[in-house]
Amino acid sequence: MDRKPLWLLAELTYKCPLQCPYCSNPLDFAGPRFKRELSTADWCRVFREAKALGVLQLGLSGGEPTVRPDLEQLVRTAHELGLYTSLITSAYRLSRERLAGLKAVGLDHVQISVQGADAELSDEIAGTTSYRDKIAAYHYTRELGFPLTVNVVLHRRNLHQVEALIRLAESLGAERIELANTQFYGWALHNRDALMPTKAQLAAAWQVVERERARLGTALEIVWVLPDYHEQFPKPCMGGWARAYMTVTPAGEVWPCHAAGRITTLTFENVRDHPLDWIWEHSEAFNRFRGESWMPEPCRSCPRKAQDFGGCRCQAFLVAGDAGVTDPVCSLSPHRHLIDAALADEREPEEWTYRAAPASRALAAALRERT
Amino acid sequence: MSAVTAASIPRLHSKARLQRDEVRDRDVLLYPEGLVGLNPTGAAILALCDGARSLADIVTTLERRYGVSGLEGDVAAFLDGLAAKGLVLYGP
Repeated sequence: MDRKPLWLLAELTYKCPLQCPYCSNPLDFAGPRFKRELSTADWCRVFREAKALGVLQLGLSGGEPTVRPDLEQLVRTAHELGLYTSLITSAYRLSRERLAGLKAVGLDHVQISVQGADAELSDEIAGTTSYRDKIAAYHYTRELGFPLTVNVVLHRRNLHQVEALIRLAESLGAERIELANTQFYGWALHNRDALMPTKAQLAAAWQVVERERARLGTALEIVWVLPDYHEQFPKPCMGGWARAYMTVTPAGEVWPCHAAGRITTLTFENVRDHPLDWIWEHSEAFNRFRGESWMPEPCRSCPRKAQDFGGCRCQAFLVAGDAGVTDPVCSLSPHRHLIDAALADEREPEEWTYRAAPASRALAAALRERT
Repeated sequence: MSAVTAASIPRLHSKARLQRDEVRDRDVLLYPEGLVGLNPTGAAILALCDGARSLADIVTTLERRYGVSGLEGDVAAFLDGLAAKGLVLYGP
């Protein structure tokens, strides 16, 4: 039985010049829990331990990973270890020289987000003037011979642009466009009423995706991340808890996914205190929901459990208040009404809160008071 | 794309990279957001996709190496599977 991780998401920092209201980072990213960032040597050790444990794919993310001045050294180490390394960036002020330097030390793949298909909407959603930098960086990426993924998070305010976004990725010569419907964790959950799409929006966008997939074939891979609140069954989150994936946060906590840190009923270990293989094999957080023995009904007797693993533990905690129950997205869950109540077809969209340090500190204080 | 023939020259797309997976004792093909685990035969086929050898050359080399014949179908099916994922390209 292969229970070794294949994927490591290294969140190098939570600093970010963008302020996207759907950010998956913790609400309290600017609070004390994430203050003391790992050093270059810490990260290099984490990468070595990850490779020895079985990891093959490394995502360098954040926040904005290019904020780290040691990014080149981290990429060099990852490359020497044989990890397939992807940079997941906003491309804010990312120069051709910096990208060329990253290519030289072995970066394999670049993913650049865009918030909308034109400068006006993209900059408004990002809360930062950044569209022009992104377009420039897309071109540098292609000129330098990197495979390119265009990342877009979809929600009520930009779903009408799906066709324009695909055309943009096509015109840039990207290999992939990831159209990720908002998953409601972190800032996205906080801003759920502002971001929730309508059924009609999703149906129209899906039609475009199907048509464009048929037109483009393998020339451009179009990834469509399902809007799970609108589905009947839950997503097979992370391919199952602690089966193939791990996230290391900027301050060294190790999570089974990038949202798990919000589950207050779990204890998370830190790479400063334990080797990665010990955390993977023995830590309470990784073992609690591994396999099927934790499952309650209706999952326990459900034939779909080998397919969706009971859905998402974070969503169970955030929506139903218990990480150990069936994902409330599931139509068989006794908590499904909580999801239905959040679907917004008749509701007027609300204002969102931008992801920014002052708002984060205020929310961190509020979280501490509650717990 | 023109039809694939025995004279076609398969090569790995630049986004894909062969890598040894010591922990699982196998070779893997890594690419953006994915990987394919390879058995020894698959790894041997991809190692011969050097942008110079034709499909016929690769088949002949493998048949000599293993002392068997009739590998065309298996080699073509394996490479077509990867071509469908955009990981292998055929050139003239």
